[in-house]
Parts: sequence; C-alpha cells; structure tokens
Amino acid sequence: MQRVVKPKTQRGKRFLQEREAKIFENPKKTMFVKGGNTSQTVTQMLKELYQLKKDNAVMYKRKNIMRPFEDETQLEFFSQRCDASLFMFGSHSKKRPNNIVIGRLFDHHILDMIELGIENFKSMFDIEGAKCSAGTKPCMMFVGEQFDIEPDYIRLKNLFADFFRGVVIKQIRLQGLEHVIMITAAEGKIYLRNYKILLKKSGSKTPRIELDDMGPSVDFSVRRTKIASDDLYRRSLKQPKNAKVKKRKNISRDAFGSQLGRIHMQKQDLDNLQTRKMKGLKRGNPNKDATSSPNKKSKQSTEES
Amino acid sequence: MADLVENVLREAAEKESKYKTTEVNKDIDLVIDVGNLMTSDTNPFNAKSSRSNREKYLKDLARDNTQLLLNSIWKLPTQNVDNIVVAQLPDPSTPIPREKPVPKEKALTKWEKYAKLKGIQNKKKSRLVWDEPSQSYKPRWGYNRSGDDTKEWLVEVPGSADPNEDQFAKRKDAKKERIAKNELQRLRNIARTNKSKVPGVGLTPTDAPSKEYLGKALSVAKTSTASIGKFTENLPKEKHAKFQGKKRKFQSNIGNMKDEMSHQLNILNTLGQDVPIVDKNRAANLHIKEMEESRAKQKREDPDGARKKKLTGKRSKHGRLATMKRNLKKGRGGGRGGKSGGRR
Repeated sequence: MQRVVKPKTQRGKRFLQEREAKIFENPKKTMFVKGGNTSQTVTQMLKELYQLKKDNAVMYKRKNIMRPFEDETQLEFFSQRCDASLFMFGSHSKKRPNNIVIGRLFDHHILDMIELGIENFKSMFDIEGAKCSAGTKPCMMFVGEQFDIEPDYIRLKNLFADFFRGVVIKQIRLQGLEHVIMITAAEGKIYLRNYKILLKKSGSKTPRIELDDMGPSVDFSVRRTKIASDDLYRRSLKQPKNAKVKKRKNISRDAFGSQLGRIHMQKQDLDNLQTRKMKGLKRGNPNKDATSSPNKKSKQSTEES
Repeated sequence: MADLVENVLREAAEKESKYKTTEVNKDIDLVIDVGNLMTSDTNPFNAKSSRSNREKYLKDLARDNTQLLLNSIWKLPTQNVDNIVVAQLPDPSTPIPREKPVPKEKALTKWEKYAKLKGIQNKKKSRLVWDEPSQSYKPRWGYNRSGDDTKEWLVEVPGSADPNEDQFAKRKDAKKERIAKNELQRLRNIARTNKSKVPGVGLTPTDAPSKEYLGKALSVAKTSTASIGKFTENLPKEKHAKFQGKKRKFQSNIGNMKDEMSHQLNILNTLGQDVPIVDKNRAANLHIKEMEESRAKQKREDPDGARKKKLTGKRSKHGRLATMKRNLKKGRGGGRGGKSGGRR
C-alpha cells in the first residue's frame, strides 16, 4: 500500500513495515478479550489459554461490551490496533452461560467464528503435576469422524489448528516436544484436553510416549457459527507465487549430517600462484631482464666466435 | 556356541519385556501432518468405554496418537545444532488461511518506468565517502555528511551576483525547493498509480524567468483570489491573458439537426467498414516504443554486446526508424503499403 502521509521517523517506518502484508507472514497474534460480563470459569479459561499462547497473544482484560455475532466492527477495530488475526472472546449471560467465541480474521475482517459453551471446565491449577514450558509448539490431535464430514466441523478443525499451531518452523528439537492438545468431537460435544508428554525408554531409537494430565480440560458444546463464504475463504488461502523456496542445487548431506557442496571451478592459472617468496624465484622484473640479457648475448657470441 | 546364542536371545527378550512397545495399531490410519505436528484420527469413537471412564479413554487415545506422530517425527532426518538434536520438519500440508492478502507488486514511479524503458541501471554507490577537509570517511548523505554546503561559514559571492544578496539564504532556499519538488513528485506518482487526477506541477520558482513564464505567472496570480479573478482589474493596455483554464463546453439542449445527422452518419459509416480504421500516428508511436523496449532489454541482458552494436549500427537503426515514420505518414495502411506507394 502506498501511503500519502510518510512516517516521520525511522522507527515509525519500521513499525509500519512490520505490519504490512508480506510474502512470508509474521506468526499470527491472538487476542483474548473479556466481555462485558464474565463468569469465573470464563475468565479462568481465557487466562490459562492466554498463558499457553503468551508469546503471540494479547489480553484485553477490562470489560469490553461487545457481541461479536451481532456487531463485529469493534472486534475488527481491536485487531487493527494490535495487529492480531485470531481471537477468543469470553462472556457470560443468562441466555448463553459461560460463552466463548473463537475466531479468526483475514485482512482485519472476520473470516470464521464459532460460539462454544463451556459445559465442564477443569483448571490447569486444579491438576497436579508439571506443566509445559511457555512457548512450546504443541502437537495437535484431532479425533472424530465429524471433523472430516460436517462442513462446520471441518472449518472448526482448521480454525483450532490455526489457533493453536503457533509459529511455523523448519526444525524442531526432539526433546522439546512436550505439549499435546487433543480436540475430540463426539457425542455432540467437543472435548479439549491438554497433556504433557513424557519420553520413556523403549529399547529402540524412538521413545515410548506416556502422557500426563496438564489442563486446562474443557468440554464444549457448539452454539452459533459464522463461517466465511467459499469465495472469501479461497481468497484467504491464496499463497503468493514466490513463497515457495527454490531447491538449491548441488548441495547434499552425508550420513553424518554434514553439508556437502559441489563447486564448479575454472581452470586455475598456475602462473599467478603465490608460492614461497624467495629471491631466487623472483621473475617478471623488466629492468633486470633488460640489464642481464645483453651480457648473455655477448657471452654467447664470444663462445660462438 | 549354543550357550552364547541362547544368552543373547534371552537378553533381547528381557529387554523387550522391560520396556513397553512403541507400536500402535489402528483400524484406519491417521492422517499425519508432520509440518504442523498435527494428526487427525477418523476411527469411530467408542461411546461405551467413553461413558464408563471418559478421562482415561481420552488419555489413552491421545497417547496412541501422540506415539504415532512422534514415531513419524523420529524417522525424519536429524541435524546436530550446538549439540542439540533437531529434526528437519517438512512443509505443513494443511492449508491454513493467510493473515493478510498477498502483497501487491509495488507500482513503478515515472522515473523507474523511464529507466526500465531505456535500460538505465542503478549504480551501487558506497555509503561512506572520503572527506578531504576533515580527513576522514563521512556519510555520502544525511546528518554529518561530507561536503555539506549548508554548514560552510564562508561563501564566495559570484561576480555576476547581486552583492546584497544573502548567499547562505539562497543555498538554504534552493535546498528547500528541491525537497518540495521531490515531495510533489512523490505525490504525483501516488496519484498516477491510484489513477486519480494527477495535479500539474504549477509554477516552480526560477532564477531567470522567461517571457512565457512571466505571462503564465501573471495569469495565475490574477485568478488566485477568492473570487477566482472575477473582480481583478486589468491594467491599461493589458493584453488578453493566454493561459486561461479550459472552459467546459456542453452541447446545446435543443439539438442541431445538421450536427446530429453527421454524427450519426459517422458512426454508421465506421460500423459498416470492413477494414478497421488505423490511427497511424498511434501505431507508429507504439512501434517505436516497442523497438526501444526491446533494445533496452537487449542492453540489460548483454551490456557489452549492445555497446558494440551501438558503435556500428546506430546510424542505420536511426535511419530505419525515420524512414518507417515517413512511410507511415505517406501510406494509407501499414508499413508495407507505404513502401509500395513510394515505389509508384
């Protein structure tokens, strides 16, 4: 986008550049928004999920009176302000007790959102045991046929994956895999469970996995949904042409993991090769040649005669 | 020998019984997206066992699925980075929407367009340059730049200049003027890309205004009042201003029959024609532009070759262009018709 008003400082320029549309995007930021009226359960849940996603998240913990399904402009304004594209909104009312709206935005406009009711909540602090360290990339498990059949659930699965996946990475530390989020769709409900991974010996290279409850554990029921039209969704999925990195030629790895490269070189000019510097090996001084050559010639001539 | 084999076998069996297995069997294979560390399990959910002890059932299910995911992660190629084993993840396979739309390509400015057409390339200049007076390297531009003429404490007054003129102020003004011009051009570039009306440059101040410039300035000044010059009085013997803005012209409400007829007939004639009407000037200009572009491209790809060619073939090329233009002017159709006409 071309700006008519130029940023006045370098810092301001950098700030705007950071927010511009890019080929390789920043990790998505999440807003956790507390509604106008919330219950203890909702607040606690927002807090705990915020803790799990703290690296790329902001918490709006004042009373924010808004109803995302009725009027989405306020939420879009929030997203504009903090450059976030995922949100979780919590509220509590007589009609919709313990209500959570989870959704995402595309270009600062609502793409999908789904309203979930908390039926059962078990806090992270009610469960004993170690928790995962902050900022770990979770493993996501989706269970249930519905996630592959029903259109709403297909989108919900994608939304959950988008919400929890965190930063897209190229490499992962094997010992750093310590968090599992399981989302199960069954019996008309959605179960969200968090576990901590314990790597045990198995007698082979791959470890035996044991899980430990970590929390929060939530049972959801699906309430209202608002899903993007196919057209808009397709537009949001469009990837830039040059996002794919070209394969680098002539580079390989051997069994030990070290990088090998093949270099094509031109024939080396051995005349200009710098060898050990010695007086006797010196050449190419034109003055010396000029003085020495006539003597040689004269010598030769005397020999001949 | 037999003892040894037995021993080894027993040890292996013991080892296996000591550790639990890493194998998991599923009726339907999981869909594993290793890039996102994500699995999707479509096996039917066992409601019965879920009801009796749901938490345990879910945990076991999660364990099995995690085991399968980690088995596939452990198969990936690994690398040692600072004595830490990392696995190389493949690209994520689940399509996930972008946060913002794909960035559009930046529109070229007027100069960039021209440079591209002509094959002008940017020369890379170093940021620091040698500053003779201070005997040190200084930035080429910006704060504390080398050769900063606004920081000089003494300026020579040129022989032709007015001795009372402030040379320092003159330099400062010139700089301000350059900045303003640059800003204006930036805005015009933006206007051009947004396809809105591009404002004219107007009157830029000059040292030696020409007669034409003065005339323009006068007419602009006369109309630069709140009433757009309606009450500005004329000087005695003043000529009618040349640079009036264009007045909008409208067709009369009561149509002129003659004009109407000719207008309609014109449309009919053009519709009935088999041969399309060619705007020769436009065609010629397009062709010339194309040639220039191709030459610039050639220049860009092979700078040495282009230079060599230029040395030998510049004249002939120029001549060709000129003859072509002439032909187009003479002839009725394309370049071919022009040639034949010339022969006749």
